[in-house]
Parts: sequence; structure tokens; C-alpha cells
Amino acid sequence: MIRRAVRFLDTRTASTPLLRKTLRYLFPDHWSFLLGEVALYAFMVLVATGIYLTFFFVDSTHQVVYHGSYAPLRGQHMSEAYASVVNISTSVKAGLLIRQTHHWAANVFVAAIVLHLFRIFFTGAYRKPRGLIYFIGVTMLMLALLEAYMGYSMVDDLLSGMGLAIGYSVGLSLPFVGANLMAWLFHGPFPGQAALWPRMYIAHVLLFPILIGVLLTAHLLLVALRHHTQFRTTSSTSEHAVRGVPTWPGQAPRSLGLLFGTAGVLFLLGGLVQINPIWLWGPYHTYLSTNGAQPDWYLGWLIGGLRLMPGFDVVIGKYTLVPNPFWGGAAFPLVVFGFLYLWPWIERKVTGDTAYHNLLERPRDNPLRTAIGVGMAAWVLLVFIAGSSDRVDVWLDVSYAKQIDVYRVLVFVLPLVVAAIAYRVCEELREGERVAHDQHEAEAEARLART
Amino acid sequence: MRRALDAIVSAVVLALGRRRRRRRPSKDAERIVPKLPSDLGAESLVLALLFLTAVFAVGFIVVYAVDSLPDHTQLLGATIGLSLLCLAAALIIVAHRLIVTEELVEPYPPREHPYEQELVAKLVEESGDRITRKRFFKLGLGAAGGTLGLAAITPALSFGPLFQTKYFRGTPWRKGVRLVDEDFRPYRASDIEEKDFYTAFPEGLSLDAREELGAPVVLVRLPLDQLRLPPRLHGYDAAGILAYSKICTHAGCAISLYRTPLFQPDEPRPALVCPCHYSTFDVADGGSVVFGPAGRPLPMLPLTIDGKGFLRAAGNFDGEVGPGWWGTRIWKPNP
Amino acid sequence: MKLAALVGASLLLVGVAAKPGGLVRQGDALYGQYCLSCHRANGEGTTTPRTIGAAEQRNQQQQQAVAPSLRGVGALAADFYLRTGYMPLHKVGLQPRRSRVLFTEGQIRALVAYVASLGKGPPVPTPHPQKGNLSQGLQLFTEHCAGCHQVVAQGGVVTGALPPPLEDATDVQIAEAVRIGPYVMPRFSKRAISDRQLDSIVRYVDWAKHPDNRGGWGIGEIGPVPEGLVTWFIAVVVLVGLCMAIGKKLKHA
Repeated sequence: MIRRAVRFLDTRTASTPLLRKTLRYLFPDHWSFLLGEVALYAFMVLVATGIYLTFFFVDSTHQVVYHGSYAPLRGQHMSEAYASVVNISTSVKAGLLIRQTHHWAANVFVAAIVLHLFRIFFTGAYRKPRGLIYFIGVTMLMLALLEAYMGYSMVDDLLSGMGLAIGYSVGLSLPFVGANLMAWLFHGPFPGQAALWPRMYIAHVLLFPILIGVLLTAHLLLVALRHHTQFRTTSSTSEHAVRGVPTWPGQAPRSLGLLFGTAGVLFLLGGLVQINPIWLWGPYHTYLSTNGAQPDWYLGWLIGGLRLMPGFDVVIGKYTLVPNPFWGGAAFPLVVFGFLYLWPWIERKVTGDTAYHNLLERPRDNPLRTAIGVGMAAWVLLVFIAGSSDRVDVWLDVSYAKQIDVYRVLVFVLPLVVAAIAYRVCEELREGERVAHDQHEAEAEARLART
Repeated sequence: MRRALDAIVSAVVLALGRRRRRRRPSKDAERIVPKLPSDLGAESLVLALLFLTAVFAVGFIVVYAVDSLPDHTQLLGATIGLSLLCLAAALIIVAHRLIVTEELVEPYPPREHPYEQELVAKLVEESGDRITRKRFFKLGLGAAGGTLGLAAITPALSFGPLFQTKYFRGTPWRKGVRLVDEDFRPYRASDIEEKDFYTAFPEGLSLDAREELGAPVVLVRLPLDQLRLPPRLHGYDAAGILAYSKICTHAGCAISLYRTPLFQPDEPRPALVCPCHYSTFDVADGGSVVFGPAGRPLPMLPLTIDGKGFLRAAGNFDGEVGPGWWGTRIWKPNP
Repeated sequence: MKLAALVGASLLLVGVAAKPGGLVRQGDALYGQYCLSCHRANGEGTTTPRTIGAAEQRNQQQQQAVAPSLRGVGALAADFYLRTGYMPLHKVGLQPRRSRVLFTEGQIRALVAYVASLGKGPPVPTPHPQKGNLSQGLQLFTEHCAGCHQVVAQGGVVTGALPPPLEDATDVQIAEAVRIGPYVMPRFSKRAISDRQLDSIVRYVDWAKHPDNRGGWGIGEIGPVPEGLVTWFIAVVVLVGLCMAIGKKLKHA
């Protein structure tokens, strides 16, 4: 029966040679190579649950009075968008499950990309000839952040509405062009005209998913064309031959298992752990706000940046060159993404290494890269943690203002310390291996000498 | 009878598996996937997991249908989640114990294909041989393509007023407009008590128009001996009642925190605070920033009290409302 | 029999007549023991600092004490500060917090009666949350309270103070705090928030103690911070574990 199916395929598509190559394509075997797949499967869950949600969401800021089943909101004015999401969460069967799974999937999607990025960075997988793949990957991370931000801002609840105002202000703070750009994007100053919501909606459900999908396809295709990198696991591993598990039968059940495992974890979270209970927040109005409002975790580094900056605008005469939000909200991510994009080129320039690399390095094998990477990560992480210092104040009773003062120094000093420590650790680990290797050889010699 | 016996034997064989494998020695020699012994324990485990997958999936369908169940979302998530995880577990066990995980070696594809590169380059070069003025052509194509591209994106300008910043400069406040609360009731000066804060909008604004950043103000009253307004803001208060824009000058959140001491000697001074990044504005001295990242003081709306005791705006704000942009300090909201 | 009844009735009358006076006197004694050093005689308070020494209810070091006048604050304020443990204050100058209640029910009643006797002030309020409207309560709470206390009353931060979460606040305490404006909280009079509106607010705060968590484990009802923690410490841990169960570990050559 299998033979009949394959024959059908071959006669209709002439693709059996390609199919054979694909089925025997080799996947080097290491658990950290699966992190990118986790991101891919989270993306699939996002698309599937997202399509479901599009059938219920209303992308309109037209104000309505709520008369639904959720009592604490009855009689209140809110946008149709918010009302539709309250409806999904309270009146559509399985609606809340799908909505929460979608949001958990977004959180996990970005987390998996970040972990995957760490793996790529610290093993040097981005080196020639895979620089283009890396470039596409960093772009997808940026798109994922924007996509997720738009996703939860579309709900027009109190928390995300505040976040949208802040995003607008960061856009406004871009020197020279900020106000014009934002007026263009929002169709006027905040809160924008009626056209803003359909704009965000189409970007979120059509344009960005297509963009990410196309880039993802290119990303995976390029990996397949150049074949996957590998660790040096035996003395015979070389730059010229890839050792791995073929797609069929070996890799397929593992990848499928990871797919269903990821989906299972996401649906379990979607049903058991509440996320973004927008019915509790109430609808957004520009003249309302609440304490304890935070962006989703992957934008937490930006709220940290915004909160840490001392209060000043850069002014030349009467011209406001750099309003304050620029530093924490735009300059900071610009530096971080700039670092990510430029790093392969910087490394090539500094080390002079322009060779092709199919073999990966362990983090300890390249102490300088590891130290710099750890330092950058520590910087971003510290700013991120600083961003939640008000909740730390509530939780641990440490004055918010004092924390900010401490973080202002810590975010620049600690990464240097951490980088230095990481460098030392790498050197020590390698030295330890060298000693162990020498000892092993000496003992072998000794045994030989005895006989 | 015979059929029934056959059916029973088939079912038993299906459940227990075949212990003896058919020997086909000639086929063994030309196998692609190497042979490894069977693992009945793993097989049974996988079958059990597949069965569980099905049970949970059916459970999901049942839970969906019976929406009178409490914790509906939790049950839905648990059933479908566990179903998927059982399937995942089954597949992973198949991967580890029921199929052959070969470790094969094959060459990486060549770094370059110099011959094909040369062919492609030659093909492109030679095909342009008939053109004599190559430079001009490149210029022409560049101009044509560039301008056509520009024309293609020009309609995107309709998205919004890219070149108009006048929309940033207005507010709905005018001289003489009364201040009203959320329920459209006008505020009397006597309504405004010390140690409390009130949200006010221009009278006559629709609910939609109230969402403009220039619309909401926050009203507070300070004893006259506590006022320290700078010269440019003298007279902006109405008998100690002060009106500040409710929109933070840092990043546009509504300022909904009013810090007001019950006992002045050992408590912080009165201030309006924003919950987003904790920009703190001193209310007694015209809204100066005393903590936080705001780069500009809070704009003030001048107030008067009319003959009937109602609060009215005496003009527009003393500076631009809302988060900063390049023209924030150049213009003031029109009178 | 009749004589016994007459004696009993007159004793009762005397007892009733004596009760308020007795309570105030008892309160006066307690005031002298716990409140006098800061709030001074007759609750007049002081704005000039005076050194006070250690006492069982205070920080064991010497402190400079200032305190507001209690004249006219009424039973409402005394009841609030004593039942929450805000007073006696452990250390002068710090924000009063919900803490140990030093007094028995009888002692509290006595102190409240004493403070009420210091001048005409508001009585202990009697809110009726069941008469309030939940939706109106959410709107009023968002407008007046959520900026400091967070929209589901999980507490928050203001520069220089810590607005507390409200899960331990009783109905009466909520009503009292609204009318007092303790520490740096605004004071909402009946003019700003009517008694009926206050009923709705109290009803909402009560509801917010057990909010609608139909999505599952509420993880604190403050949004993205705990959600991020769950993402990294539960989801990522499980998924990385899954990857490690599927793939090989590194055996470097």
C-alpha cells in the first residue's frame, strides 16, 4: 500500500528523488538543537489558535455599552474590540482556553527564540556560511516582539491601552521624525482615528504572520541547503562530513513528539493557568490608569530602561531634540539589536577569522565571545529586573526609589564583573580539560612502559 | 464458526504481537534501515499511551458538550493538554525504543561551486553584449525602477498626516468653557475639597472626544499659604484650586495617583504621580518634576470662578500637553 | 420580689448611666499609657518634635516625636487606626502599616470612646455593600483608587509610600479609610463619594478579594510579571526538559 502511495506521488509530481533526499537528510543530535523547533511549534500553535480567534474578534474602537454575562462590566462604555474579547473569554465555549493558549504560546514563542539565539550565539553557529540564516533569525525575533505587542494591544483593555500610549510616546521621541511618523501611523495623535484598529488587526493577523512565515521558510531552507552545524563529538568529527540522525525513521518521531509535547504544554497552561484576565482590568480610556501595569515579559527590558532614566529632555533652544522616552524605549533596543546584527561582522573583524565553519564551539572554547555575550545578556537582564522593582517594593518592602538608584549603577558595573567571571570560568574549564587530557596520556604511556 | 475462531485468533495476535519474525535472508542483506530486535514492553507502553490519548481527546469533546461543568476552561485545557502529552510520550518512546536511530555520516555540501558560478556569471555578462551604452542603461533602469518604486509607495502617505503637526498642538479647552465631571455635571469651586483629586473634562465634549490627550485635567485644592507658583503661572489657580493636565508628559499615561499628606510635618509633600514610570509632579509649584523620568513639568490650565460659582477655564494650557515630540516647547496650545 | 426588681432596675439604670463615662475614663487611662507621649494631653498633638523614649509598643530607641491632633477626628478615625494596628506607631516618621493589634475589644472600645469625646467627629461608619452595584464599584474604584491600589486591589507603589493590598480590609475599615485618607491617601468626603457610592466601592473591594479567576490559577492577578515567571520557570523548564529527553547530551571529544 505504501508502494502504491509513493508511486502515485512520483507519477504526479516527479519528486521521489527529492523525497528520498529529504527522508535521509541528517540531523546532528544534540538536545539544544531542538530549541529552534520548540519556537517553530509554538508558532504553529499561535497560527492555529489565532485563526480561531479571528472568527470572534471585532477590530473596532467604536464605543458600545456592555450588556453581556459578566456582571462587573455591565453598563460600562467600552470599545467593540474589548467587548468582543470579554465575549470570547466569558461566553464562547472553549473561547477562553483558545485565547489563553494563544497568549501562553506567544510568551513561550519568544522565550524559545531567545534560548535558541543563545545557543546559536554561544556555539558560533552564525559564522560563515550561515550569517544570512542568523540575520533572518534576528529579524524574526524583532518581528515576533512587534507582533506579540500588537496582539495584546488589540484587546484595548486598561493595561494594554496604557502600554500602547507608552509605545506611541517612544515613537514620538525619535529625534526629528518622531511626531510625523506617529501621526502617520496612528492617523493623528494618540489615541488615533477609527482606522488604527483595523490597521493593527491586519498587520497582526495577515502581514506579520506572512512575513514571519516567509522568513521562517527561508531560514529553514537555508539550514537544509547548508546542512546543520555539529559539535565535535568524536575524534573523527570533521568540518567536511556531517554526522547525524536521518529524518526517517529516526528524527521524525522525535520532532513530532516535540511538536505534540509543546502543544500539550501550551494547552495545559491555557486551561490551568490564567493569563491576561482582561475582564478584571476593565476597558481602556486615556484618562484612566492602574498601578502595577507592566508589559508582557519580552518587553520588560524596555520598561526597565524607561524607568531607570533620569528625567531630562535634550533641548536645543526651543527645539526638543530627544524627549526622554527615547533612551530607554528606542536607543536601548537599538543598541541591543545593533549588537546582535553586527556581531558576526565584529567578530570577523576582531579575530580575522573568515573561514567556513561547520563545527560548533562549546562556550568555553571561545572565552572572549562567551564573556561578551554573557555581559550583554547580563546588562539586558538587569535592566529587565529593574523594570519590575515596584512589584518588588510591594512584595519585599524595599523602597522603589532606592532600588532605582542602586540599579542605575548596577546595570553598568555588574555586566562587566559577570563578563570577567565568565571569561575566567571558560579558561579554567579548558585548563582543567587540558590537565585531564595530559594526565590521561601520561598514564597510558606509563602503562605501556610497564609492559 | 470458523470465521469466529479466525476473528478471535486475529484479535489475540493483534494484542500480543508476533513473537516469531519471518526470515527473509536475501532481503536482510539489502536492507536500508538496519535490523534491531523488537521490544514488546515498549510496544505495550506505546499502545497504552495511544489509548490514553484517545480517552483524553474524547474527554475533551465530552467536557465541551457539558458546559454546566464547573471550572470548564480548566477541564478543557487538562483533557486536550494531557491528550497531546500522551501522544508526545508515545512518539518519544517510539523514537527511543521502537525504531532504529541510525547515526550516519555524509559529506557536507561543497563550500562553493566555482564552475557553476563561472557559468552563471558568463551567462549574464554575455547576454548583455548587444548593448553598447551599458552605463546609460544602468542609469535608465535605475531611474525608472527607483521612481516607479517611489510612486508605488506614495499612496501610503494617506495613512495619516505625515507632514502636519498642527493636530498635536490643539486641545479642546477654550477660554470660558466650564469644567464637568465624568457624568457631565459642572464642577462648582465649593465641590473641590482639599486632600482630594477630581477628574474634569471640557463641557460639551462627547464621550469619544474625551479620549483626546488634551481633554482630561485633574483638579486639586491647596491652602493658599502652600502655593508656590512661579511668576509665569501666577493667577492660574482659582482660590487655591489648581488644574493640571491628567496626561503625563513622559509617556502619556493618565496620572491617577495623588499623594497628599494627612500630617504635613513628617509626610511627603503633595504631588501627582504617574503609575507607569512614577514621574512625580509637585502640585504647589506649577507641576515641576521632583522624581522620575519626565523631562517636562505638568501643563497647567488657568481657572476662574464665574458668577454662579462654577469653575471655568481662563484660557488654554501653559504648555503642550502629553508626551514630548520635537515641537513640544516651540508652540503653546492655541488660546 | 418587688423590692428585688426595683433594686435591680435602679442598678441597671445606674450601670447604663455610668457606662459611657466609665468607658471614656478607661480610654483616658489607656491613652495615657500608649498615646500620650506623641499625641500629647487631650489629643492636641504637636508639630514641634519632642524626644520620647522606649516603650513596649515602640522601637526601643529614642525618637523625635510629632503627631497630629486628634480633636474632632471622631470615633471613625480611632476605630480605623486601632483595629488595623496602624496605631500605636512602631517608629515615628514611617508609614503606618497594618500590624499587631495590641488591644482587646474592650480596650479598643474604650479608646475609641475617649478619642470621640475629644471633639465632635464622625462616628464609626456602617457600610452596606449589598446595596451597592458591582459594576459601578469597579468604575469608581478604577477612577479614584486603582492608581495607587491597583485595579484588583493588589496594592501598589507611590513615590514615598506603599498603598497596601486590600485583602485584609474589612468593610468598615474600607469605609473609614476612604473618609480619613490615612498617611498620603486622598480623603474622599461624602460630597466626593456619597454613601451609596461608597457601598458600591466596598462591594467591589470585597469582590476583588476573590476575583473571577475563571482562567485558572490566578497567579496574583497583577498581570505580566507572574506570567513571565510562569513562562520561564514552568514552561521553559518543562520544554527544555523535553528537549533533553529527546536529544543527546554533549560528549565532547
